[in-house]
Amino acid sequence: MTAHPLIRMLDRGAVLFLALLGAFAIAIPVLNLLVPEGSALHVSTYLVALFGKYVCYGILALSIDLIWGYAGILSLGHGAFFALGGYAMGMYLMRQIGTRGVYANPILPDFMVFLNWKELPVYWYGFQYFPYAALMVMLVPGALAFVFGWFAFRSRVTGVYLSIITQAMTFALMLGFFRNNFGFGGNNGLTDFKDILGFNVQAEGTRNALLVVSCLALAIGFLICRAIVTSKFGKVLVAIRDAEARTRFLGYRVEAYKLFVFTLSACMAGVAGALYVPQVGIINPSEFAPGNSIEAVIWVAVGGRGTLTGAVLGAFVVNYAKTFFTSGVLAPYWLFMLGGLFIAVTLLLPRGVIGTYNHWRDGRGEARAAGVPNAPPHAAK
Amino acid sequence: MEQHTTTALLYLNGITVSFDGFKALNELSFLIEPGEMRAIIGPNGAGKTTMIDVVTGKTRPDAGDVYFEEGTYDLSKLDETDIAALGIGRKFQKPTVFDMHTVEDNLLLALKNDRRVRATLLWQSSTPQERRIEEIFDTIRLKSLRSRVAGSLSHGQKQWLEIGMLLAQEPKLLLVDEPVAGMTDAETRQTAELLKEINRTKTVIVVEHDMTFVRDLGVRVTCLHEGSVLAEGTIDQVSQNERVVEVYLGR
Amino acid sequence: MRGFNGLLIALALAFIALVSVTLARAQSPGDVLAKFTTDDFSDTAEAVEALAASGDKMAAPIIFALQDGRLLFDAKSKTVFIKDASGAILDAATGQPVTAAPAELETVGINNRLRRAIEAALGTLTLLAPEPQKRLEAALAVYKSRDEKALPALDTAIAKETNANIKRALLEARAAVIVLSADAPEAARLDAVGVIRARGDQEALSLLSSLPADAPPALAKAAASAIKAIQGQLEIWNGVQNAWYGLSLGSVLLLAAIGLAITFGVMGIINMAHGEMVMIGAYVTFMVQEVIRTRYPGLFDYSLLMAVPLAFLVAGAIGIAIERGIIRFLYGRPLETLLATWGLSLILQQAVRTAFGSSNKEVGAPSWMSGAFEVGHLNITYGRLWIICFTLIVFVALLAMLRFTRLGLEMRAVTQNRAMAAAMGIRTARIDALTFGLGSGIAGIAGVALSQIDNVSPNLGQGYIIDSFMVVVFGGVGNLWGTLVGAFTLGIANKFLEPYAGAVLGKIAILVLIILFIQKRPRGMFALKGRAVEA
Repeated sequence: MTAHPLIRMLDRGAVLFLALLGAFAIAIPVLNLLVPEGSALHVSTYLVALFGKYVCYGILALSIDLIWGYAGILSLGHGAFFALGGYAMGMYLMRQIGTRGVYANPILPDFMVFLNWKELPVYWYGFQYFPYAALMVMLVPGALAFVFGWFAFRSRVTGVYLSIITQAMTFALMLGFFRNNFGFGGNNGLTDFKDILGFNVQAEGTRNALLVVSCLALAIGFLICRAIVTSKFGKVLVAIRDAEARTRFLGYRVEAYKLFVFTLSACMAGVAGALYVPQVGIINPSEFAPGNSIEAVIWVAVGGRGTLTGAVLGAFVVNYAKTFFTSGVLAPYWLFMLGGLFIAVTLLLPRGVIGTYNHWRDGRGEARAAGVPNAPPHAAK
Repeated sequence: MEQHTTTALLYLNGITVSFDGFKALNELSFLIEPGEMRAIIGPNGAGKTTMIDVVTGKTRPDAGDVYFEEGTYDLSKLDETDIAALGIGRKFQKPTVFDMHTVEDNLLLALKNDRRVRATLLWQSSTPQERRIEEIFDTIRLKSLRSRVAGSLSHGQKQWLEIGMLLAQEPKLLLVDEPVAGMTDAETRQTAELLKEINRTKTVIVVEHDMTFVRDLGVRVTCLHEGSVLAEGTIDQVSQNERVVEVYLGR
Repeated sequence: MRGFNGLLIALALAFIALVSVTLARAQSPGDVLAKFTTDDFSDTAEAVEALAASGDKMAAPIIFALQDGRLLFDAKSKTVFIKDASGAILDAATGQPVTAAPAELETVGINNRLRRAIEAALGTLTLLAPEPQKRLEAALAVYKSRDEKALPALDTAIAKETNANIKRALLEARAAVIVLSADAPEAARLDAVGVIRARGDQEALSLLSSLPADAPPALAKAAASAIKAIQGQLEIWNGVQNAWYGLSLGSVLLLAAIGLAITFGVMGIINMAHGEMVMIGAYVTFMVQEVIRTRYPGLFDYSLLMAVPLAFLVAGAIGIAIERGIIRFLYGRPLETLLATWGLSLILQQAVRTAFGSSNKEVGAPSWMSGAFEVGHLNITYGRLWIICFTLIVFVALLAMLRFTRLGLEMRAVTQNRAMAAAMGIRTARIDALTFGLGSGIAGIAGVALSQIDNVSPNLGQGYIIDSFMVVVFGGVGNLWGTLVGAFTLGIANKFLEPYAGAVLGKIAILVLIILFIQKRPRGMFALKGRAVEA
């Protein structure tokens, strides 16, 4: 019954997912760089950046699924961790601009010169070094999640209460980042990036590289999540999700489990944000808007929570639909569709696409214990 | 301090718990010696479940002392996790198992083991653990259902599973809240036998309504009423006690 | 008759003044007016002063016109004109409408120095005006200008004045002039400091601090102690004002949260579209006013009164539809309810945007809600006061409804023990729908009031949703009194933090404090205890 961890981790679905992701990560750059522009198979650089963005959303969705699907923690503030990771990367990219800014100040980013600041704030120190920035990408969201989670889980704030205070958290951060004196560019955020690691962020090659790196990050994130949810730790998480009090009476320190997975999830969201920023070329406080975080939750719900692959699928499908509809004549109807999607999924497809498929398959295969079970529609109490 | 010199495994003194003015426990005092088995009876609202809640850390007493292991641990200062780690296991009134996990995983989660985050992350199954699970399966007779999700079990099967989980925890003290509700007569007898078996090595407190079952256990009985002890003794003594008859059996 | 008398007296006075001034300065009104046409500030100043002293009946309209930039001149013919409020051109010398005004009229320009001269002139001119309002304004103008020339006029006015309020203003004006006048006797100046000290507001403070450094020591000392006293007093008033603003904000929060206290607090439904119910209430108000504006303009003052029941019915009906259509399928799944209602809020916002456009809609205030009055140094607007009263009325009505009506009884029964209530023959599904409808309807009513202080746009509700949840959670779920105390606590705390931290940081601080508070008391200030919590 207890197979080798690696086999447990890489079930058929997981292997299929990784194969598809790998194919995607190879095919898109090939179709962009090697297929001539006139060809029907050519993928434009615009699409490469767009897909790169979707992959980052996929990582964010994965991080939400890890805590919501398996531990029952519905965070409506994951956009905050995403944005913090993005800002950390944005700060690195700002420092890379150097004298190429409008004011040609070698140290200060343009907006600081504009605000008449004379010195670089201390918290901007070190961001000219990529390794430091990369560390901060995970450390800052992780630290916030740790502190926040430490308070929340220790006091046993659960369910909707937790959801509401996570929403308040991202709202408060949004208000803060909108202020100029916070030192993150206020309204306009950070933009006009030039280089990343010496490569022009606008260049085709960089865009393709960023897409591949994002896919790699998604694959690593997916493997980490799989490793966690198929371990005994994952079983404890599901136990906490379904019967938190019972798990305590078994002697598990529930808050430690939640805190670990919440912090890890925030780090993943931070990485997603960091990869997102160079591909879209801007990070501003609207990324903290509570609506963004909730939208990310619906990606997971559409794909199927507690499935991991479903979260990524959901992120792709919903965002593709968003791009498709908001760019055409149907734009005014997009919010109707998105709103309708929220309602339809919760009412009609509570397991999501992948979850429903798994359920149907397991129903045929007669209650075979295959790894971690899917989220039940009534589990979120 | 006087409490610290007690020889009792579980020592409750003057416990009061009130909810919005209603006293669920009223100066309850009660003790269990190591190796004892005790049945607790009482009408609805007598405070039986609240007493278990206090012992397991779910409810904090407004006043009174709760000590474990000859007064070594003050349970009123610990939370559920710590108390479980000390070796106090609990079976709920309404069978509570992890519905989405398989029967086997339920036992695995309950199995006495390192409960810390790192240990569960790096956990590998081992032969002694697997053997222990087999043993428990033999006791609770659910082996054929080991791969079924627990949510699909019948009420009685869930009761057995929860008892199995309690065994897997290997606690020093077992608090068993209405273990035979929803069981057939045969199953009830089996459960009584099982509890007696468990009692050879462990201390057990059983809360039960079923008088036949309590009689089958043949142990000392404590009758609670309105949050305090009304009578204590053998089942015959207690059931002949006038006040007990008045508040409980006579109704 | 009175107007006629006034006119007669004015004419007589004007005649006397005219004669004396003409004699004294040998300047004809025509000469004075000509000075306005040179487009030179000092000429204009002289003209203003001369006009004020002239007592000409056109003096006041001319100076007023000058102040408002409605005084025009034709440089060629050296004539001056007044453009009245309707845009008609009047001859400044006669006050008669001109049929053929010169084509290119220029405006007489003013600068800050002139503005003061104008205020001083108007002060002198109108100190004796028959209308109390004008006299008061004149007194205030002198207080500001501190024009020594106004002293004789002030003394005359003080002697004649019967209205206590105006008399006080006149005395304060006089004191303001004397305090700064180096020529006045020291005793008089000390008395004046006393008068100013009694006034005790920000202006008194700045007046006393503007005392020149070479003032006599006794005077300087008196002024310093007066400044200290005023500052202390102002501090207290400042606190009172913050408390008032806090109450006002608290009432807004309560209004927004009170419906949520029913749907979330009592029923446990997370309705993220709650803010949209508020928004719909505001749009109902807008539509009521539109209809009134176009059909029955006379009823405008009653528009809000009509909007209240309508908003309740519309929002309540939508609420019932939501409960029947969506929420009832999601009972026991709060997180999913949250997502579904969020989706609903997107749809409602977009629907309103499609129907009404995304721009802000103009919702007017009825006359009884505009204006303000003062209590001490506290300025209270009727609008805010009405909103506080209205909030409390809604709150009390809701409490009474829950306590004394059959529906309220059934609602409480269902929320306390659903199975038992059902066994007693209560149709729980119907009660669920009605309770949700009630909460939504109250949100709609809140929208009527909030339309008075916030922009009516499709995004109106979004701004309130997080705050409302915070209030309910902070106050304690399932407890209406907790919501009341929570709303006012948060409102007042917010306003007291604002001066130290600024509006945005104050809000962030409040959010952080609530987050910390929820850690400490996860079930709010007035938490329910016992078995009910487990259910």
